[in-house]
Amino acid sequence: MSALPLWAEWAVGLLAVAGGAFALVGGIGLVRLPDFYMRLHAPTKATTLGVGFALIASMLYFSLAGDRPVLHELGITLFLFVTAPVSAHLLSKAAMSRREGERPPEPNAEAAAGGPGPSRSSGAKRPAASN
Amino acid sequence: MNADSAIALAGGGGPLQALLAVALGLFGLAALLAAARLAIGPHAVDRVLALDTLYVCALALLVLIGIRLGSALYFEAALVIAMTGFVGTVVLSKFLVRGDIVE
Repeated sequence: MSALPLWAEWAVGLLAVAGGAFALVGGIGLVRLPDFYMRLHAPTKATTLGVGFALIASMLYFSLAGDRPVLHELGITLFLFVTAPVSAHLLSKAAMSRREGERPPEPNAEAAAGGPGPSRSSGAKRPAASN
Repeated sequence: MNADSAIALAGGGGPLQALLAVALGLFGLAALLAAARLAIGPHAVDRVLALDTLYVCALALLVLIGIRLGSALYFEAALVIAMTGFVGTVVLSKFLVRGDIVE
């Protein structure tokens, strides 16, 4: 395998490290966020983006180290970008169907009991307890 | 290719191997955090989400090891993990909704 020029080594390495940083942020969000619906955001967005960076780094390395441009990893990247939202949607449907009563609290719940909240003054319809 | 030495690193010296080691450590740490959520998660859906994240982190680890060893073989394994991981997540979600996979 031929050695890369120095700028290419730095480019591939920094892309891979950036991908790792995004995936680490997604993992930290997965552990520390308090509610499942909040937890759903972190890996589906941040970790997928991190893997996208790692795949771009791999495409760059194998295109520069070989003799022709290599675009296989673009297929995996597009596959992940299509399937990650589908997985998140199915997981949120599963969560909603299994835990009927645990809706997240409304933002003006405590303000509505006391004085006029923003929703009351603007005349917005109060949401009923339905799924 | 690399038939004489089993784990010959590609490219020799330079910053690439060090940066790849850092990136591998970061992805490994993300996988450990997902495994922690897999153990903690108070509900089954949390565990399915952690498993999906583990699939994606394993995919990234395989791709980075493919760069590190200079072999294009690991891309195939990453492709298989991407597909079976997605199918696994979809099937587990359907099982959690319905209690059955095929109706």
